[in-house]
Amino acid sequence: MSGEWPLWEVFVRARRGLSHTHVGSLHAADAGHALHNARDLYTRRQEGVSVWVVPAAAITASAPEDKASFFDPADDKVYRHPTFYEVPEGVDHL
Amino acid sequence: MTTGTGPGTDAATAGYLLRLGDDALIAGHRMAEVVTRAPQLEEDVALANIALDLLGQARPLLTRAGELEGEGRDEDTLAYLRDEPEFRNCLLVELPNTDFAHTIARHLLFSCYARELYAALAASTDDVLAGVAGKAVKELDYHRDHAAQWTVRLGDGTEESAARMAAALDAAWPHVDEMFTADPVISAAAASGAGVDPAGLRPAWDSAVDAVLAEAGLHRPDLPPQAGPGGRGGRHGLHTQSFGFLLAEMQHVHRSHPGAAW
Repeated sequence: MSGEWPLWEVFVRARRGLSHTHVGSLHAADAGHALHNARDLYTRRQEGVSVWVVPAAAITASAPEDKASFFDPADDKVYRHPTFYEVPEGVDHL
Repeated sequence: MTTGTGPGTDAATAGYLLRLGDDALIAGHRMAEVVTRAPQLEEDVALANIALDLLGQARPLLTRAGELEGEGRDEDTLAYLRDEPEFRNCLLVELPNTDFAHTIARHLLFSCYARELYAALAASTDDVLAGVAGKAVKELDYHRDHAAQWTVRLGDGTEESAARMAAALDAAWPHVDEMFTADPVISAAAASGAGVDPAGLRPAWDSAVDAVLAEAGLHRPDLPPQAGPGGRGGRHGLHTQSFGFLLAEMQHVHRSHPGAAW
């Protein structure tokens, strides 16, 4: 019987102004159930103000064997980093 | 902090708080019994959260009942050192966890009642009770939603789950009326403004439960209320057979090791 419930990925927003962050996964029978379980498993200690659940099967992930072609070409593109100007004071979450 | 006008009022409020505290304590203990037996680990955590919410409601209610009673009994004395006939919880909350559907049926029928009760009690003239109620109503909103989702999932699930959910509703249904029946203590507390007359909560309960049953494809059981000897039940200290076993398990550590602490 256990193992029949599909896997869901859980994203929690810690507070207003921040984006939802992946916190883990869980099993649930349906979307409403997944939201309940996410609330019970991942926000018991006031970790968030908003929860998203996504069927794990709906996520398309990059393959580990594509790592070289996907990510290595960015290694020497230093001009892509916004490091040539100063971040104004008070901008905390850039 | 004072309530009403005299010792008679305090005694009625104490008795009323004992009824509320016992309902929460026993409902919480029954829910805690299921933890580790849920279909998935995730559900165990959900049920444990609910059990702890109920225990968290019971503690200040029993503490306040002991204060108003004025006989030096604290929450532990009331929870662990009373015998079966001294408990004032309604019979619904002590019904055993025969299967998961029975747990959910009890949980649905009780949380729909308790949610309406605490919404009304947020205006209690007893400050402690009003405070507990204001916090509890949010917890019970969630409990009711949790129970409703499971009732729909089981009722509208497989042939087996629907049959079990219907059987569980049949088992719990005869104990519904007791929740809405005022005894003299409840009536006195309602008259003083500390409590509410539970009969007034029934229409909201009916529509909440009927909506869940309709979505689940389940029918309201056509069963008469269970009447105890002389019309007495849990509010008079007359309990069901399994209640003694519940108390034995809940109380034995405290009774075996009086005053133990960690």
